Amino acid sequence: MSGTHTSGGVVWLGSPAFPEAARSAVADTRLRTNLRKATGTIRDKRVAAAAELDDWEELRTAAAAIKRATLRHLDHHLLRLEESVTAVGGTVHWAADAAEANRIVTRLVRATGETEVVKVKSMATQEIGLNEALAAAGITAYETDLAELIVQLDDDRPSHILVPAIHRGRAEIREIFRERMGEWGKPAPEGLTDDPRQLAEAARSHLREKFLNTKVAVSGANFAAADTGTVAVVESEGNGRMCLTLPETLITVMGIEKVLPSFADLEVFLQLLPRSSTGERMNPYTSMWTGTVPGDGPRAFHLVLLDNGRTATLRDTVGRQTLGCIRCSACLNVCPVYERTGGHAYGSPYPGPIGAVLTPQLAGVERAASLPFASTLCGACYDACPVKIDIPEVLVHLRARAVDAARGGSLPTPESLAMKAAALTLATPRRLSFAQRAGALGSRLLARRGVLRRLPGPLHRWSDTRDTPAPPRETFRAWWRRTRPENQ
Amino acid sequence: MTTSRETILARIGSALTDVPKTERYDAAAISRDYRASHAGGHDVTALFAERAADYRATVTRTVHAPTAIAAALAERVPASLIIPDGFPAQWLPDEGGPRRLADRPPLSVRELDAAAGVLTTCAVAIAVTGTLVLDAGPGQGRRALSLLPDYHLCVVRAAQIAEDVPEALRRLNPRRPLTFISGPSATSDIELERVEGVHGPRTLDIVIVEPTTPAPGEAA
Repeated sequence: MSGTHTSGGVVWLGSPAFPEAARSAVADTRLRTNLRKATGTIRDKRVAAAAELDDWEELRTAAAAIKRATLRHLDHHLLRLEESVTAVGGTVHWAADAAEANRIVTRLVRATGETEVVKVKSMATQEIGLNEALAAAGITAYETDLAELIVQLDDDRPSHILVPAIHRGRAEIREIFRERMGEWGKPAPEGLTDDPRQLAEAARSHLREKFLNTKVAVSGANFAAADTGTVAVVESEGNGRMCLTLPETLITVMGIEKVLPSFADLEVFLQLLPRSSTGERMNPYTSMWTGTVPGDGPRAFHLVLLDNGRTATLRDTVGRQTLGCIRCSACLNVCPVYERTGGHAYGSPYPGPIGAVLTPQLAGVERAASLPFASTLCGACYDACPVKIDIPEVLVHLRARAVDAARGGSLPTPESLAMKAAALTLATPRRLSFAQRAGALGSRLLARRGVLRRLPGPLHRWSDTRDTPAPPRETFRAWWRRTRPENQ
Repeated sequence: MTTSRETILARIGSALTDVPKTERYDAAAISRDYRASHAGGHDVTALFAERAADYRATVTRTVHAPTAIAAALAERVPASLIIPDGFPAQWLPDEGGPRRLADRPPLSVRELDAAAGVLTTCAVAIAVTGTLVLDAGPGQGRRALSLLPDYHLCVVRAAQIAEDVPEALRRLNPRRPLTFISGPSATSDIELERVEGVHGPRTLDIVIVEPTTPAPGEAA
């Protein structure tokens, strides 16, 4: 992946800030057509699947309560998880940041003597840039999720949490398979068409060889139960089952916030996640394993517990709720901003509303200051969230932090200057009245047919995307004074 | 030297200064007002059959397992069929049909990949979601058996069908490797068009075996 670098431990994709990235994305009409169709389809399915359960709100409330209570005692649950996993033959590793997690995984792979690993789609390993770190150590990581395969073959970036190649149409996918599969392994069959069935068949046959031969797998985790040490991976295609079952060594990288107190808590999340994510009653495959089992599956199991900014997020009592995210992607599909810009504009593996709050917290607000502003605060994400993360609340909170962070710099920002000027103007009626007269005069000079199209100076950044109606000739205060004589 | 384990635990401790020192995690304090089941009084066997069929699995209800299994095999004609240890002998059709393979000694992954089909039991099924759960118990074998062959025929006893997810989890033993299967392997990664069959079995047949007369207290 070219142009990738890590900033604050979160893979940063060399993108410009959100406003610039969004501008080019919005101009891409094919991207917008793909996104509109895809998000629209999945939105309808999600609504139907959620509506089927008349206690959906109670499930959300329980999920939010479990996550909130778990985070308040995160150390306790992690220690319990460590004890449980160790007791059933697993090995637990702790990684304070991305670099350490990458070092641990690289060391574990090297210890097996292997130079190839198969991977189940995992947000955590994208976040830390594991594939790139392994490549630097001479280890090839094969993505096995169909969409991740498309993205990897094309040297592209995922643009959606659930459907990483949502920005690609079938004809593009056929070209990617025909041109690139041969470089990575078994080539695409002759005469491959753009029928999704044939494309899936090509992926099946391309990856089957990898599954049968590869001795090491790397996965993420959707959930881990502290009381039993059970880890769960939720998927559709069966590539997860392949990776979790066939190799001899399994390395799972898991954010520390994924821990659940008990196996029984899965009853809430296994009802919410598939319905929120793909709009299905249940996803095709869920694998759960508890340590190792003789004669069935990997002989060695390593669990890497990843911090990488999560404890900093935990510290912020407003932002903390973000750690409840179960990566369902429902918030992306309902977001009017995501629907128009797609995932790449967000510049990190976590796009959409959840990315706009998660990335600045994991990487540091000062490194992603434009992201909390990549929202209209319409609140659709909050309504869709199965764990009731109040994303608009966190966005507003992070906007304040971004402004505070900017204020720490030597030069005042245009906003802070404007706010200072406003405070000064509003301080006395006389100043306001003067400013209004000046404004009315100035705007009449600038307006065309009653609309201000371009404001002067630095203000053009506001007017570039908005038409402002010219103020009326007479202000309300002047009109009041004129029509209501003093003595009345 | 401070380990990362200590570092992370210390960071968590200092991040949670708003949590009173005396507060303990209390699972009982979490409101769980959601339903224990969404089966809504429906007949669970009928509900499971309907919901599993929604995923385009083929579902047959029978009182005589060998007949239904033979019929499914006659329809699919797999060249070979893995039969894991502990599969009930009385459910097997008479000889004939596909070549039968035992996983004893364990088949190599190449042999599993070359096998056309697998016949298993399950541990639990879930009516509301149309899900099968395998736990590598008798008649199911290790996880790879139901993964590599392209055809999976799974036999469910009616008594094994739980109403909904909470009941199913209570019936399961987390120490065993668990695989939840809801229809054949599928992807919607290309323009969100659902395609059955990527890496797992592309064809899933389910046979539900019902008692000839209601047998109260029959163990699952």
